[in-house]
Amino acid sequence: MSAIPMKDGLNETEKVSFYDIEEHEHPDGASTMLGFWMYLMSDCLIFAVLFAAYAVLGNSYAGGPSPKEIFELPLVAVNTAMLLFSSITYGFAMLSMEEGRQRVMQMWLVFTGLFGLAFLSIEMYEFANLIHEGAGPTRSAFLSSFFTLVGTHGLHVTMGLIWLVTLMVQVQKHGLIAANKRRLMCLSMFWHFLDVIWIGVFTFVYLMGTLR
Amino acid sequence: MNDTLLKTIFGRLTLESLPLHEPIVVATFAMVAIGGLGLVAALTYFKVWGYLWNEWFTSVDHKKIGIMYMILAIVMLLRGFSDAIMMRAQQAMAFNGSEGYLTAHHYDQVFTAHGVIMIFFVAMPMVTGLMNYVVPLQIGARDVSFPFLNNFSFWMTTAGAVIVMMSLFIGEFARTGWLAMPPLSGLAYSPDVGVDYYIWALQIAGIGTLLSGVNLVATIVKMRAPGMTMMKMPIFTWTSLCTNILIVAAFPVLTAVLAMLSLDRYIGTAFFTNDSGGNPMMYVNLIWIWGHPEVYILVLPAFGIFSEVTSTFSGKRLFGYSSMVYATLVITILAYLVWLHHFFTMGSGASVNSFFGITTMIISIPTGAKIFNWLFTMYKGRIRFELPMMWTIAFMVTFTIGGMTGVLLAVPPADFVLHNSLFLVAHFHNVIIGGTLFGMFAGINYWFPKAFGFKLDKKWGTVSFWCWVVGFYFAFMPLYVLGLMGVTRRMRYFDDPNLQIWFVIAAFGAALIAAGIGAFLLQIFVSIRNREALADHSGDPWNGRTLEWATSSPPPEYNFAFTPIVHDLDAWYDMKDRKHERPVTGFKSIHMPSGTGTGVVLAGLSVAFGFAMIWYIWWLAGLALAGIFATTIFHTFNYKRDFHIPVEDVIASEDARTRQLATQGA
Repeated sequence: MSAIPMKDGLNETEKVSFYDIEEHEHPDGASTMLGFWMYLMSDCLIFAVLFAAYAVLGNSYAGGPSPKEIFELPLVAVNTAMLLFSSITYGFAMLSMEEGRQRVMQMWLVFTGLFGLAFLSIEMYEFANLIHEGAGPTRSAFLSSFFTLVGTHGLHVTMGLIWLVTLMVQVQKHGLIAANKRRLMCLSMFWHFLDVIWIGVFTFVYLMGTLR
Repeated sequence: MNDTLLKTIFGRLTLESLPLHEPIVVATFAMVAIGGLGLVAALTYFKVWGYLWNEWFTSVDHKKIGIMYMILAIVMLLRGFSDAIMMRAQQAMAFNGSEGYLTAHHYDQVFTAHGVIMIFFVAMPMVTGLMNYVVPLQIGARDVSFPFLNNFSFWMTTAGAVIVMMSLFIGEFARTGWLAMPPLSGLAYSPDVGVDYYIWALQIAGIGTLLSGVNLVATIVKMRAPGMTMMKMPIFTWTSLCTNILIVAAFPVLTAVLAMLSLDRYIGTAFFTNDSGGNPMMYVNLIWIWGHPEVYILVLPAFGIFSEVTSTFSGKRLFGYSSMVYATLVITILAYLVWLHHFFTMGSGASVNSFFGITTMIISIPTGAKIFNWLFTMYKGRIRFELPMMWTIAFMVTFTIGGMTGVLLAVPPADFVLHNSLFLVAHFHNVIIGGTLFGMFAGINYWFPKAFGFKLDKKWGTVSFWCWVVGFYFAFMPLYVLGLMGVTRRMRYFDDPNLQIWFVIAAFGAALIAAGIGAFLLQIFVSIRNREALADHSGDPWNGRTLEWATSSPPPEYNFAFTPIVHDLDAWYDMKDRKHERPVTGFKSIHMPSGTGTGVVLAGLSVAFGFAMIWYIWWLAGLALAGIFATTIFHTFNYKRDFHIPVEDVIASEDARTRQLATQGA
């Protein structure tokens, strides 16, 4: 094994080099995007399990209400619109970030936050109504899995909002430095990810539920 | 003080929650308390708290975190093993009208705690510890991708262990078996705190495990030394990569299923209940979708260790490297396609059972390929029977037996007979002890000199080895026999006196294993005492083949002054073979991550949160949760997380290394 021919100019100096003498400093956060992707995928698995639980238990009404009786599609449609708008405004924020326009970006982030808040408020209104009507999470296995799936998504949006506010303060403090851009990028992935999950919830839980 | 006020402050925690009526527990508590106080007093007396805090607890150095994981695992091994020996003693005694010395209430907790502790707080931290220590060195990196997360992960695992230990003295642990199957683990049948201890210990430790999985995958994918393509990665790094992919893809399922169980218990949802449309079998399915990959999470790194050890101590390149890689990948994928073999008796029908029976048997093909690769590596090799190699050979024999009984259990009709019997208990101990644990001992003996600069004592290591191996056979072969006779697991008392002799033999085996653990501790003690005589100044005591042996032992904080360039699979062997010259000048300052106490604080708050949730102390839970959020947000406001090791320091430590090597004549 001593006579392995060297390729790719590794033998520029005649001798094989075994050490990276001219090493440059590695930029911070080179693995952040990959790491965050993996986190998102693991989070996606949590939702996958909750979706699966809903698929298994979604018909177990235990004498309680069925999806048709309790889902108000117009309300959910408005709610979905809120979340989709928030994703669009986050997209605009990222465009402004690329252009280095911090004030405009912050404005779009405010809109994102407001849409997110609207989404959460409508969801809480819906939940409160259901519980009030006696269709709370303890009524049947169907409702348990419904509240858990939708509630877990809502919890994620709440976390996203806390994160959003934190990041806005940090951008105000330090400007659009590399670290902040990276964080904004991560939150962007998180936010759009929640959108994708919601589309699954809307289709699979609400639309299919009303059709059933 | 009235009752409502007490309830508001202490939740359901009362003086009766302390197990003062159980003499065994009180005696244990007294011992732990005295030992703990003695330790604290000694640490204070020798003024090492500051050192521990600055150099270890808050360190983000992957090597120190790896060592801390190992210490956690060894401490928890003592706890998990005391549970084991209690069970063995009880079962050997409880015949002919004798009730033994453990009540049913206590015995059920003991076998649950034994399983939970051995899997989550012994095997997992040991595996994670070794991967943490070795992987960055093997790929020529200076640390992991996310050093702070690494420290945080360790402390979350420790927090989980602390919660399990608390259950010994405050309240009680689950009495459900290690997977807490509902409806038994539901509120209706387990109204007390045991299952809640189980849930919160695993949820908190699970966060640590998941994040450390993400971290190591990112590290292996992103931080390999130049020239190290995927197919030039050392095999231990490959198995670590697959293990961590399994962790990232399996642990979220555990998180979700335990979250649903806690919702059932805390707010009364109906996921796994008998009434309101719940479905307990869904829990069984989901927990095994995590649980089966989990066993490969535990054994794949061990396979990696055996590969490194076999090739090093046979003085040969690993036979069939690429088949080894593909076998590992196939096992990784198949790990997700076999979960149903844990409950063939569920009644899912012949087709479903056949599918899962066949996929299970298929796993033995890549595993068998690995065994043959190791054998062919040894073939015509110049084998040195050092301790790691001895453990490897013991593994090959033992694991093959365990694998064969596994294939037997994979046959659904056979499983209908053997399900829930001691045959199964014998099988999984056969593969976990014979696979993972022997692997960990091989790894500890192999890499100890790298971590501390001196070898482990061979005499006591040999004693420990023989006690463990012989003890294992004495302890578990009788269980196969009993299982074939139809004896079910988790029994505290037996009517048939003919069975007793087998349990006595098993108890003798457990005693031998106890001697093995004792000899292992003694081995470490003796080695520390004789560290001058056992010292290794070369950094390469075994004539190793991979990059971790290219640096000094113990490695400097920055691992490599210059990042190595890899040209061959056995990178370090190649460097030695082609007479590389270690650069002795031209050093630069090195960019490193700085330590932080945030991980310790977050883990501490998590313990408080878990404890409060277990005992329904809502104000404390709210406070702790708020604290967790505040600390996390506060941590993100710190943008200065790195520093440069001044070039003078690098020169100083590298010059010391140069002198050290000169004394070796290298």
